[in-house]
Amino acid sequence: MTDTSRIRNFSIIAHIDHGKSTLADRMLELTGAVTEREMRDQVLDTMDLERERGITIKAQSVRLDYRGPSGDFILNLIDTPGHVDFTYEVSRSLAACEGAILLVDAAQGVEAQTLANAYLAIESGLAIIPVLNKLDLPAADPDRVAVELASILDGDPGDVIRVSAKTGEGVAELMAQIVERLPAPTGSVDDELKALVFDSYYDTYRGVVCYVRVKSGLLATEDRIRFMATGEQQQADEVGVFTPSAEPVTSLGPGEVGYLVTGVKEIDRIKVGDTVTHEAAPAAAALPGYLEPTPMVFSGLFPTDGDEFERLRDALEKLRLNDTALVFEPETSRALGFGFRCGFLGLLHMEIVRERLEREYDLDLVATAPSVAFRVGLVGGGEREIKSPQDLPDPNERTEIHEPIVRVMIITPAEFTGTVMELLQQHRGVMGEMHYLSPERVELTYRVPLAEIVFGFFDQLKSRTRGYASLDYDPDGYAVADLARVDILLNGVPVDAFSAIIHKEKAYDYGRKLVAKLRQIIPRQMFDVPIQAAIGSRVIARETVKAKRKDVIAKCYGGDVTRKRKLLERQKEGKKRMKMVGRVEVPQEAFISVLQVDAD
Amino acid sequence: MPTDGGVAAVALAESAATKVAAYVHVPFCRRICPYCDFAVVAGTDLADRYVSAICAEIQRAEPFDDPLAAIAFGGGTPTALGPRALEQMLAAIESRFGVASDVEISIEANPEDLNPSTARELTAVGFGRISLGVQSFDDDVLSALGRVHTADQAWEAVGAARDTFASVNIDLIFGTPGEQLRSWESSVITALESGIDHLSTYSLTVERGTGLSRAVLAGAPAPDPDLQAEQWLRAADLAGGAGMVRYETSNYARAGHAVVYNLVTWAQGEYAAFGNGAHDHRDGLRSWNVRRVDRYIERIEQGDSAKSGSERLGPWEREVERVMLGLRRAAGVRAGAAGQRLVTSEGGVALRDAGILEVAGDRLRIARPLLGDGVSRALLALAPGDC
Ligand SMILES: Nc1nc2c(ncn2[C@@H]2O[C@H](COP(=O)(O)OP(=O)(O)O)[C@@H](O)[C@H]2O)c(=O)[nH]1
Ligand code: SF4
Ligand SMILES: [Mg+2]
Repeated sequence: MTDTSRIRNFSIIAHIDHGKSTLADRMLELTGAVTEREMRDQVLDTMDLERERGITIKAQSVRLDYRGPSGDFILNLIDTPGHVDFTYEVSRSLAACEGAILLVDAAQGVEAQTLANAYLAIESGLAIIPVLNKLDLPAADPDRVAVELASILDGDPGDVIRVSAKTGEGVAELMAQIVERLPAPTGSVDDELKALVFDSYYDTYRGVVCYVRVKSGLLATEDRIRFMATGEQQQADEVGVFTPSAEPVTSLGPGEVGYLVTGVKEIDRIKVGDTVTHEAAPAAAALPGYLEPTPMVFSGLFPTDGDEFERLRDALEKLRLNDTALVFEPETSRALGFGFRCGFLGLLHMEIVRERLEREYDLDLVATAPSVAFRVGLVGGGEREIKSPQDLPDPNERTEIHEPIVRVMIITPAEFTGTVMELLQQHRGVMGEMHYLSPERVELTYRVPLAEIVFGFFDQLKSRTRGYASLDYDPDGYAVADLARVDILLNGVPVDAFSAIIHKEKAYDYGRKLVAKLRQIIPRQMFDVPIQAAIGSRVIARETVKAKRKDVIAKCYGGDVTRKRKLLERQKEGKKRMKMVGRVEVPQEAFISVLQVDAD
Repeated sequence: MPTDGGVAAVALAESAATKVAAYVHVPFCRRICPYCDFAVVAGTDLADRYVSAICAEIQRAEPFDDPLAAIAFGGGTPTALGPRALEQMLAAIESRFGVASDVEISIEANPEDLNPSTARELTAVGFGRISLGVQSFDDDVLSALGRVHTADQAWEAVGAARDTFASVNIDLIFGTPGEQLRSWESSVITALESGIDHLSTYSLTVERGTGLSRAVLAGAPAPDPDLQAEQWLRAADLAGGAGMVRYETSNYARAGHAVVYNLVTWAQGEYAAFGNGAHDHRDGLRSWNVRRVDRYIERIEQGDSAKSGSERLGPWEREVERVMLGLRRAAGVRAGAAGQRLVTSEGGVALRDAGILEVAGDRLRIARPLLGDGVSRALLALAPGDC
């Protein structure tokens, strides 16, 4: 156990790509946590997906042994993701810390997630050290950005630390400042044990592994413990710290961050946000825990092979341990069979979940068009939440439809203000405030239907501002809207998985584009496949996938009988990635193509 | 269009199951055609050692219980070797395996290599059937295919062959980018007018690793499957009109000229095979030789086997293979365990409804050969069962 005065716990928070993971790399190097041989860029981004995409998806904690000018310290660093979809991941990390490093790219300046994350840290009562990164870049304008950064924190530009995470310049000084400026954790070892479960994952051999932050008391190996919310009683089989590899220790004291293995295999017995205490001497009250995040978009996930439904359920439950923002409930589709309606924080989150399910759990999935959740008034009173277009009551059974609204914050260079406002208007936005962060940079606030923001808006914003604008949003109630459901019929049969609820003004255009898109995606079959878009019984668009005329390799293989069979087997494997909808083979990506129909 | 599903054709197709055959691969070509992915090399540098290796491989092979019903020399370009070398290899086979009295002995040749005197040399060696790689009677198409011969040369070669061999085949390729339907029709008509006994029409396919595939990846036009479908249908009509019977997806013959060697492979019969990249089928085992010519020669010279891989199918897979291969024939195939399962499977029902698969008594046939691969995939998708 370490004296709390010798511990500092902090998160690195920033807008995406401002250099959080790279800064973490330098800190790991400076403290010798990784050897030169082990070092690679963004070493804490361990997931394959993170490395491929170059983004942080999961917060990662690591314990550093720091020998500074004022003695030896234990630093627990948590590297966090920067994308808007993963804000929840950031907020959970902050609850395990006393301080935060707010990092800003000195060439880019303050961006939307800089602000959003700064507010999160302030609300959580954390001490914040503002830091400018990428000083080595020729385009860096540290003096200007220091003013921007200080102004959002009501601080002094002179207190802003300047580093280059790439070259390492200024990082040693920053570490000294962390010890100086961030408070030590409080909490007494003599009090009852309270440890916050701030993350978890499922290990096939060890069961559920919890990431914990001890607030008070001592968590030791072999202690009998209790999870206060679920009531689960267990023995602490192993406690340890991440250095960054998992290393067992005998105990974790107040202020310490580490992991806990109990051998629990029943996933629902462990909840992120729960408090661990001792069975014999429990704490009187649990720690505050977390607010459940609000899912923004919903999509159906279906196994391509119907027999995999139970495996999908198991995988979702396990993944949820490591991704608490994921919610799901069983769903039945006439076209796709049994699956789950899943709630996500955004499209990136949705994509990541699907990819993780496919990779980590070896599943083959079809994802249906994402939708926001509507509130629908019912004739005869009452209201129903609709997370799936197929659940929309018929027009004669419903009154008005309410759609979710978000408060959107956009930061843009002042020169693009007009363009951005125009874009927001096209997306049914209502202007709120406009605020100059500096003469060159404007913060705009709008109220916009979530459905307009969540599908493709970000790309449009980026392309209209040459990549310079950034975006953040929060839920902000509901509003009545004039909406209709566009259905798609394949071969005359409605395919529920393709239905979408669309603003009436855009429905026709949407139907036309989607049908055209599907004609390209759906391969030619043994027969003609008509594709129609309809609102109610009114067909608004139609295309046909012509029957294929030749499906034979008329080639001389001589005695090589094996070759043709192997070729056919490969083709057949390819077909497995198709979903049979009635008699029509539909490729998986068709279901998601609904997304790529930009309705402007 | 007449296709041969008659009683005699069925008997002929099925009887091939118990016949045995042998294949000799000759990998040498003047130059490599851009669409070709066979196990071939340009030039004849290794020819002498290769012929010795083939003879050695033949000597080491186990004979079948029965004498050979068919011997095929293919390639590559077998005629790249002189008549003496061909004679030597053929003699080795005949003495090692023995031949049936009505044995079919055939050789592939390119038009530029065949004239009346080479034709006579080949028949003197013992070849009774020749298959000419004409590919097209349109010079533009020939040059698009990267062939070295011209349409006139092809016409001459066919004449020489017809005057000398008991059975003459022409290979034609359809779907060469740029080839119009009209051009294809006139190639087929010319072929039919040349008095051949057998016609093979193959669709151009873009195979990985070939020059054609690189060109297509770089943006050159690829064969158009809809046009190929049209071309196939035209060829079938024209050949039928000329009195030829389609007995397999790509093959037409006058009565008595169906290729025994092919019938053996489609009936899941057994055959020995010699040379680099050659595939054999013996005792239920399919195996194949190393693909590279130099490696093949080295292995044989060192006294090693030239085999580089093999595959033994389980009983169900074998049954599926039987139906798959058999369905290529116009005569169709006895349904058996796999066929019966197919007919009642979801995929099979859809294929029947679409008029692609036909059931007649205990036999299955593909009514629309152009969509035949869909039937094969449906067969492969069946859950394994008893047989
Ligand atoms: N020139 C320069 N590039 C940097 C610096 N810090 C990070 N980067 C680059 O910025 C990109 C994003 O860095 P990363 O650490 O993944 O950012 P994160 O999304 O905030 O974790 C990477 O290409 C880094 O190499 C810096 O100090 N200077
Ligand atoms: S002549 Fe025949 S075997 Fe030789 S390269 Fe051309 S297509 Fe291939
Ligand atoms: Mg990162």
